[in-house]
Amino acid sequence: MPPGFSSSDFYYLMPELVITAGALLVLALDVLLPRAWERVLSWVTVAVILGAGLALVPSAGQNLTIARDLVAIDGFATFFKVLFLVAAALTVLMSPRYLTLENVHPGEYYFLVLCATLGMMFMAGGVDLITLFIGLETMAVSFYVLTGIIRPNKRSNEAAIKYFVLGAFSLGLLLYGMSILYGLTGSTHLRVIATSLVAGDGGLLLPFAVMLLVAGIGFKIAAVPFHMWAPDVYEGAPTPITAFLSVGSKAASFAMLLRIFVAGLPAFRADGLGTAWGQPFGWGAFFYVLAVVTMTVGNLAALTQGNIKRLLAYSSIAHAGYILIGIVAGSTRGVSAALVYLMIYAFMQLGAFAVVVMLRRKDIIGDELKDLTGLYATHPGAAIAMLVFMLSLGGIPPTAGFMGKFWVFGAAIDAGYVWLAVIGVLNSAVSLYYYIRIVVFMWISEEEEKSAAFGISPAVATVLAVTLAMTVLLGIYPRLLFDFAQASAASLGSVPSLGLR
Amino acid sequence: MLTSYVPIFIFIVIAAAFAAFTIVFARLVSAQKPNAIKLEPYECGIEAAGDARDRYSIRYYLIAMLFVIFDVETVFMFPWAVSLGKLAVFGLIEMLLFLFILVVGYFYAWRKGALEWQL
Repeated sequence: MPPGFSSSDFYYLMPELVITAGALLVLALDVLLPRAWERVLSWVTVAVILGAGLALVPSAGQNLTIARDLVAIDGFATFFKVLFLVAAALTVLMSPRYLTLENVHPGEYYFLVLCATLGMMFMAGGVDLITLFIGLETMAVSFYVLTGIIRPNKRSNEAAIKYFVLGAFSLGLLLYGMSILYGLTGSTHLRVIATSLVAGDGGLLLPFAVMLLVAGIGFKIAAVPFHMWAPDVYEGAPTPITAFLSVGSKAASFAMLLRIFVAGLPAFRADGLGTAWGQPFGWGAFFYVLAVVTMTVGNLAALTQGNIKRLLAYSSIAHAGYILIGIVAGSTRGVSAALVYLMIYAFMQLGAFAVVVMLRRKDIIGDELKDLTGLYATHPGAAIAMLVFMLSLGGIPPTAGFMGKFWVFGAAIDAGYVWLAVIGVLNSAVSLYYYIRIVVFMWISEEEEKSAAFGISPAVATVLAVTLAMTVLLGIYPRLLFDFAQASAASLGSVPSLGLR
Repeated sequence: MLTSYVPIFIFIVIAAAFAAFTIVFARLVSAQKPNAIKLEPYECGIEAAGDARDRYSIRYYLIAMLFVIFDVETVFMFPWAVSLGKLAVFGLIEMLLFLFILVVGYFYAWRKGALEWQL
């Protein structure tokens, strides 16, 4: 073996290797199995994801870098890998019936879902700009194809083209920023960048690089003003993919953001990039502005939406704003708040999308608000689940969404950003209007409009049950998640600690 | 440190000057007697027929993409082959894995009919 590698590298890379091998297996099975056996593929995919989850066990509690320092196996990476695998598994579970209805061939679909997951895992684990970028690219390219996988559907095609063109452009910005960082430090490794950059290095180049990085990642997390693609793509993509995009892709991009900024540029959080109006500022200031604008625009735009997928797209933009608050706060507590929020958000968002997936039936697309009419009368279980998800997204106790918001706003106040927390709370109040609007639609029933009852497939029911259980459980007993997130945040590079509570 | 770039700068200047000089000089000394045939767009010496903006079969792109994938694979194998002595068995296994992944993709494309011109 060449220097820098050892067999333990492969031991710790097992989750990624399992996903890779699984993806190839799915692709091979797709062409080997007869058409009638197609349904097996979804179970194989779930099995692969579970296998990767098992392979993740040895990584727990580790804190080391492997493969010539390119990939970190630390609590931070493990936290996100758990999130990605859970999101991927739930996405696959809610897919089969939807794919049959949309006439999508499942082989490529599951293959690409696994590829996207693989990319995400490297975005969480990478501690080198190149590794992070390749992870991002693997994920993004898979998502471009997945978005347009309903081939005869014009909305799906339009979404894919928009996502691809804008995505490629934003990746260009990101790469430009990375190349300047490399130019300034002579290294692509985040630890070297963190230790060798000092304030004033490169004059205006460093602020410029930070701006490019913020813009590039801002696009991926759909932060205003880089959010314009999100509603169109979320609406056009197959619904399970919309769910995966809004949870997995967003979480992975946040992981990358945290790695690059908190672990790679820790000295420039509060100052060091220059002065504006006599005040020194750092990258925290960029995210402060982004957080405020993202929350406000996301929530206001969501108020008038008539399409559930568009509405949830704007709501997911707003949630990116809340998560950014944790990053502005910057302390270990702020980062762990962002992690907690991402995990909670994953469950409630996937749950809400599972209900939208369920509404898709023959001849009914089921993504308009009026398609929810009378859901309580026909499917009380699903309606109550949706009610819980909406309350949780709105941040009402005792649901998990409340705990997430509480933790994020608490971290902001703790770090002295009181106004940011106030704006966040005001925004949550605004958001309640459109979440409750969805609930109202489910409870009103107009007999003549009520469509025939539709069956809920056991797989989608499982997704609903899991997400519902987690949304309630994490609201009542969030302790385990908090501890997990705090340990993970502490393992992230050299986070300046402001004292834990 | 910047001085090490001076030869490159000189090279760029000479290259640009040479190109500019050739174009300008040719303009000055050449005889120009244009006629309709001479001014037509050049298409490999054959008379231009029809519009250039035509629709291609999607299969061109499929074949082109497959070609690029396996072309890059070969390009990747050249530096590997040169340094195989250093990489030893580890490098050999790595390359076999890389090829295996590509073969799965090839097998998939084949079975899906991407290599057949007519479906």
